[in-house]
Amino acid sequence: MAALTRDDVAHLCGLARIAATDTELDRLSGQLGVILDAVAGAGEVAPADVPPMSHPLPLTNVTRPDVLRPGLTPEQALAGAPASEQQRFRVPRILEQD
Amino acid sequence: MTGTSPDLTRWSATDLAAALAVGEVSAVEVTRAHLDRIAAVDPEVHAFLHVGADGALAAARAVDDARAAGRPLGPLAGVPVAVKDVVTTQGLPTTAGSRILAGWVPPYDATLVTRLRAGGLVLLGKTNMDEFAMGSSTEHSAYGPTHNPWDLERIPGGSGGGSAAAVAAFEAPLAIGTDTGGSIRQPAAVTGTVGVKPTYGGVSRYGLIALASSLDQAGPCARSVLDAAALHEVIGGHDPRDSTSIDAPAPAAVEAARRADVRGLRIGVVRELGGDGYQAGVRTRFDESVQLLVDAGAEVVEVSCPSFEYALAAYYLILPSEASSNLARFDAMRYGLRVVPDGVDAPTAEQVMAATRDAGFGDEVKRRIILGTYALSSGYYDAYYGQAQKVRTLIARDFEAAFGRVDVLMSPTTPTTAFRLGEKLDDPVAMYLSDVATIPANLAGIPGMSLPAGLADEDGLPVGVQLLAPATHDARLYGVGAALEAMLLERWGGPLLDRAPALPTTAPTREGVA
Repeated sequence: MAALTRDDVAHLCGLARIAATDTELDRLSGQLGVILDAVAGAGEVAPADVPPMSHPLPLTNVTRPDVLRPGLTPEQALAGAPASEQQRFRVPRILEQD
Repeated sequence: MTGTSPDLTRWSATDLAAALAVGEVSAVEVTRAHLDRIAAVDPEVHAFLHVGADGALAAARAVDDARAAGRPLGPLAGVPVAVKDVVTTQGLPTTAGSRILAGWVPPYDATLVTRLRAGGLVLLGKTNMDEFAMGSSTEHSAYGPTHNPWDLERIPGGSGGGSAAAVAAFEAPLAIGTDTGGSIRQPAAVTGTVGVKPTYGGVSRYGLIALASSLDQAGPCARSVLDAAALHEVIGGHDPRDSTSIDAPAPAAVEAARRADVRGLRIGVVRELGGDGYQAGVRTRFDESVQLLVDAGAEVVEVSCPSFEYALAAYYLILPSEASSNLARFDAMRYGLRVVPDGVDAPTAEQVMAATRDAGFGDEVKRRIILGTYALSSGYYDAYYGQAQKVRTLIARDFEAAFGRVDVLMSPTTPTTAFRLGEKLDDPVAMYLSDVATIPANLAGIPGMSLPAGLADEDGLPVGVQLLAPATHDARLYGVGAALEAMLLERWGGPLLDRAPALPTTAPTREGVA
């Protein structure tokens, strides 16, 4: 396994939408390298014919009758929003300016 | 049998319920006693992030009124309970120990909270935890650590250290925890209390703020096996709102705890969860518990689970992967913190999201999100996440083989007693090792219990013994646990927590604090 470089961590922070500072990147890169070394062993254990297990119990699709049930009111749904307007979540602009 | 102490906070939940049922005490009295205890000791213990005194007293009054009117009530009606802050509670703040959710008041109750309220239990407040349940010491809480009631300089375990400490400090007779890799059992072990992780799917996850969805499970924290059983029966059972909920009633845990019989039972001691790397006092107390069960008529054999060696590594690939996906919901748009980046005119939603997540998440959460993002990224998925899932299969097979030979498995819950606050904070891997014995159960989805086995000779701190049973056989844990507990109580001449030092108390605020 390749070690994680500081640039890798910066890239991953971008993917994870975390605006890490330079100091944080320095600290996290070192720590993540140690953690990765500790867990890398899991990659070489299982024979190829072992099936992966995604879930502890067998999953079957669950259905229910299509009937109305009470849900949140608009006020409840918006109660924790950082900003709202006209019964909607108010968000920053989503497009870059041209 | 009702409690004998004049102090209601020393009573078991079962004794309180019995006294409440016959009108010997009122729910308001019981609730007041616990609120007073919280006011007195929590400034030092810091088990609670929020105490809802008014709501608790109102709920207690409603139970007293209902009882006076002769309405049918649940077996624990009027008994107080503390709830881990990762469980949503309508009208009570829910932060999961994170700055990103500071002050958030959920608009709905988790199913298990709905069941607590319907059963007449009185919610005292929300307990401290490692941020988003990531940790083994509560030191990753954004609101400061909880202190172990046995030694305030030591960790109470984690992530559910607040729930365990609340119960150990007699601030609540019962508490709710969640266990993703040991967060109920490890805190129970280091605080001298009882904690149970039910079978995956045994308690609804609806309303739990998700950490790792294939591992998370809520369960009871208490001071006795019987009390834990009673709480388990209230919160367990099928919930149509959780698609992974098992379509079966809660286990007959109370009946099993009352029967407490181990004669003829086959118990396996897991070779890989013990020996080198386990503190001497932990091993001594564990061996004693094994011998007590042998004396009581159980047949004990050693079993080997060779793949457990890789459980920790697999877990720290699977958990971050699931967590990085689950925590994507904290986007600064619909609830929680919103931080606008400095020096950017008219920032985009994406820039706001990134600034918010940097300011709102602590280091451990960031480490795991980044690790999970890496493990799931193209080109690495098969090497990390895919391989870890195969190891998970091997661990489940180890359990399957073991349970073909024995009814219950046994190990120490943790390799050590409570370590000092700060000791492992800067060494994530050392911290992870705290959960080496509890993680296999989460990976396989089987139920586990930790109960006190005594105090380690070298430091006088509590040691926990872990019991594991096959999926859906949670009742077995209560049977064996109660039998072992009874023998240990006889040996100790009383509950282990009676030996905990008295906590420093703060005078009630109504008298005015200097």
